[in-house]
Amino acid sequence: MTIELLLAIGLGVLTAAGVWLLLRARVFDLIVGLTLLSYAVNVFIFLTGRVRIGSPPIVSDKLAPTLASYADPLPQALVLTAIVISFAMTALILVIALRAHAETGSDHVDGAEPSGATAAERDR
Amino acid sequence: MQAALLLPVLALLPFAGSMLVLSSPNAQRMRAVSLAAAVTVAATALVLAAAPAVFVGEVVRWRIDWLPQLGLAFGFRMDGLAWLFALLISGIGMLIVLYAAYYLDPGDPAARFFGFLLLFMGAMLGVVLADNLLLLVVFWELTSLSSFLLIGYWSHSADARQGARMALTITGAGGLALLGGVLLLGDIVGSFDLETVLASGDLIRAHPVYPVALALVLAGAFTKSAQFPFHFWLPHAMAAPTPVSAYLHSATMVKAGVFLLARMYPALGGTDLWFWTVAPVGLATLLVGAYIAIFQHDLKGLLAYSTISHLGLITLLFGIDTRLAVVAGVFHILNHATFKASLFMAAGIIDHEAGSRDMRKLNGLWKYMPITAVLGTVAAGAMAGVPLLNGFLSKEMFFTEAVGGHDNAVMNVLLPFGAVAAGIFSVAYSVRFIHDVFFNGEPVGLPRTPHEPPHFMRLPVEVLVVLCVLVGLFPALIIGPVLAVGAQAALFGGPYAPLPAYKLAIWHGFNVPLAMSMVATVGGVLLYFVLQRRVNLHRLVRLPGWIRSGGREAFHLFTEFKLGTARLVTDTLENGSLQRYLFLLVAVALLAGLSPYLAGGSGASAPAAAGTPLNFSVLAVWLVGIAAAMGTTMVYRQRLLALLLLGAVGLVVSLTFVYFSAPDLALTQLLVEMVTIILMMLALYWLPAESPREPGRARMLRDLLLSLGAGAGIAALSYALLTSSFDSISPYFLRTAVPEGGGANVVNVILVDYRGYDTMGEITVLGIAGVVIYALLAGFLPAHRPRPPSSEPRSQFLPLIARLLLPLAVLVSLHLFLRGHNAPGGGFIAGLVLALALILQYVANGRHWVEQRLRTDFRVWIGAGLLIAGAAGIGSWFLGAPFLTSSYAYWTLPVLGTVPLASAVVFDLGVYLTVVGATMIALVSIGRLTAAGEEAGP
Repeated sequence: MTIELLLAIGLGVLTAAGVWLLLRARVFDLIVGLTLLSYAVNVFIFLTGRVRIGSPPIVSDKLAPTLASYADPLPQALVLTAIVISFAMTALILVIALRAHAETGSDHVDGAEPSGATAAERDR
Repeated sequence: MQAALLLPVLALLPFAGSMLVLSSPNAQRMRAVSLAAAVTVAATALVLAAAPAVFVGEVVRWRIDWLPQLGLAFGFRMDGLAWLFALLISGIGMLIVLYAAYYLDPGDPAARFFGFLLLFMGAMLGVVLADNLLLLVVFWELTSLSSFLLIGYWSHSADARQGARMALTITGAGGLALLGGVLLLGDIVGSFDLETVLASGDLIRAHPVYPVALALVLAGAFTKSAQFPFHFWLPHAMAAPTPVSAYLHSATMVKAGVFLLARMYPALGGTDLWFWTVAPVGLATLLVGAYIAIFQHDLKGLLAYSTISHLGLITLLFGIDTRLAVVAGVFHILNHATFKASLFMAAGIIDHEAGSRDMRKLNGLWKYMPITAVLGTVAAGAMAGVPLLNGFLSKEMFFTEAVGGHDNAVMNVLLPFGAVAAGIFSVAYSVRFIHDVFFNGEPVGLPRTPHEPPHFMRLPVEVLVVLCVLVGLFPALIIGPVLAVGAQAALFGGPYAPLPAYKLAIWHGFNVPLAMSMVATVGGVLLYFVLQRRVNLHRLVRLPGWIRSGGREAFHLFTEFKLGTARLVTDTLENGSLQRYLFLLVAVALLAGLSPYLAGGSGASAPAAAGTPLNFSVLAVWLVGIAAAMGTTMVYRQRLLALLLLGAVGLVVSLTFVYFSAPDLALTQLLVEMVTIILMMLALYWLPAESPREPGRARMLRDLLLSLGAGAGIAALSYALLTSSFDSISPYFLRTAVPEGGGANVVNVILVDYRGYDTMGEITVLGIAGVVIYALLAGFLPAHRPRPPSSEPRSQFLPLIARLLLPLAVLVSLHLFLRGHNAPGGGFIAGLVLALALILQYVANGRHWVEQRLRTDFRVWIGAGLLIAGAAGIGSWFLGAPFLTSSYAYWTLPVLGTVPLASAVVFDLGVYLTVVGATMIALVSIGRLTAAGEEAGP
């Protein structure tokens, strides 16, 4: 077992969990699933710089400025942008779900309960 | 050279006129009329001016290249046939404009009418003058479009709308077929140039694709000229105003199909296939149209079916495929246009003055409008083929061709008898027209007393009828040269073909055609009066011996079928269920990712390097993460628990970033994680605390399989990625970060300097999200509190700690901000730290306490941040550098010594402010709800 294999398995599990929750019927579960999925994707993009331990890209005079001495900074910059934007989107979806629930009384992803179900049935 | 320049002017003048007319106001009728009249008169004059060149046998040409790669040239070509048609189009157009000026009601939008009319005229001229087959198709489609606009002119009438749709569908489908045929022809010949195609007749006829090309071109011609079985759109097009019917649907547009037959005859005609396709269709149309015409009650309906029948006659003549038949066909085109246009205009006059088109009501109009009656009678006589009128001459030529020896025994019998039968029918309906409208008793139930129309409204009819008579009396003199020139162009060898010998005379002696004419006349009159007496035509509602309008039923069935299928497909795919859409999305993405492997194998190569050996701490952390992720899926219905497990996964991700050399990322992830969890918990207060059980084990199983597939795919992809070698462009950044960017934290330098644009977009998105959240929640008062407020006493310790922490947090935030360029930190991280510190105050001390002390509107922070970031970028313009270029310098400060300062810090300040503003707005807006809910009381 190498780190690469462990990371691959970990990403697979995160993705599977994220997709499964994405397909649920309630908005909150969908948001949780989306968050898991975006964690997985962020780590995936970050890992295009491959596994480097203990060499953060803070340039110092003591080491030559090449990829042998430092981790790849470009995927890190991309992921940082991704984290911030997905945070903005998550906040937005949450507020929309909140308003929709207040207006329609239902938090089903289709905007209304599937026909025939009442609120009492919904709350089990 | 002079004549050549005439052509583009002639072709483009109607379009220019149309634009002018359409842009003038609808109320000013006289302006529209005079513009249209000027254009049509000018066009006629231009055509006549080109006559000398055409009559000596010259073919006038003009062209410029338009799309040489496609073989499309914008060129015009006028030979005898084109000249003849151009004269028809512009001359009759002139008369129609005059007629329409009186016909239109004061309330009808005149500018639209004449604008569309001119548009059509330009398109029709383009069809006959086009030098290039592709250009011909373009103008062909334009005639379909302008016909649609004109039929639907009275858009308030459902009949008009339906008729326009039907016409457009059928002629449009034909146009598509024509395009296909033209493309095939161009492929066979190697060029779309008309001259070349017409000269390559033998090549085309010998080619194996010839039948397909012929079928497609004929489909185009037959749909446009309302041949059986595509004829049913023409009667429905009679919902158009009568000037339109007279111009388009008798004299010009429907003639485009037979024009195409005449034009393409040198290239496509002369084979058995041509004979056996065109002639039977023509014959069928001739008989069907004539038969139905007898039983029509609507004036325009009778004329419409008569037009169908005459077009069938012309088609049959072209189908008979001898040189004389071609001459006869061209002659009949001319004659038919003349008498039919006048008949339609007369019908329009009757409709206008008497108020009805129904022949059951219109009787005995001879007393009320004698002059119109005379004109109508003469024109109808020409339609019937009465001697001394022009219709008689072309009918005679038709009969001559019908009895002339053909190779085929069946046709030898069918054609003469068919011709006589058609002659009988056409005399019958012509007599019906004359008798039932102008005689046959008194008018019944007319809204007003009929009277003669204004003189200028009748003038076009007079002109055309006089022409009919003149041509009938002195054919060789009046029409001889024109016919010779036109027919010659339609024959093999093009404009230089030898004309067959024929004589245009009124009297050819007693021969079979004359006998046929006499039989037809007598038989037709007899048939009509027998029908009137025995069957009483006025009472007939259904046609005897005829299935009810088969073509139209088929058309409706076909459109209904297509619409039904479209509805079915849409309802299946888009049934409103988000879960289905997402399932399809992920499934298709999975398939797309799998497809290269399924097609070409894995192409796996040995890993580039031995993997990094596993460390116990990494293993432990990721095992926790995996367990937490799996846990989320199992307990997702208890939402708070799911949220906690989600937090655990986020923490694992942060630790991953730390371990694998990404300190900036780890900080950002951690802080964003905190804010997200707080947000979700606040939102959870207003949403149900638990998700209901979902019905359907099958669905869960299906989703499980898909997610396992997606997970496996990503796992395999990640492993392949992590074990492959790679190259990167990053050495550039590493090398130049300090000397040119002025910072040692390469990630931060990339974000605010190298990739400043991306960051600009990012903070814009953040700002927009913040503002939208504010808008969604501003003034929103929740209807009721979902849960009773907590009854636990508030902690005394937390507010104190929080208040002490605040200045420290601000200091840390500023420190992180300022050091960001050279050490882990930067605008995002610093902003998030400040926002979290402020949120802590809200949580610990309550909303009122904070808002009494922090009187600020965080929307202003967002705006200020974006402005500062933008200004930092624009500032570099003043120094002659592109947007967002930064530079740095070293400042010497008294106590601190030499401090490196890069101008990118101004940009970072903008980022900082935006992040604080957006985060605070999101959290405070939701938090305010909760506070309002609690204060509302039980």
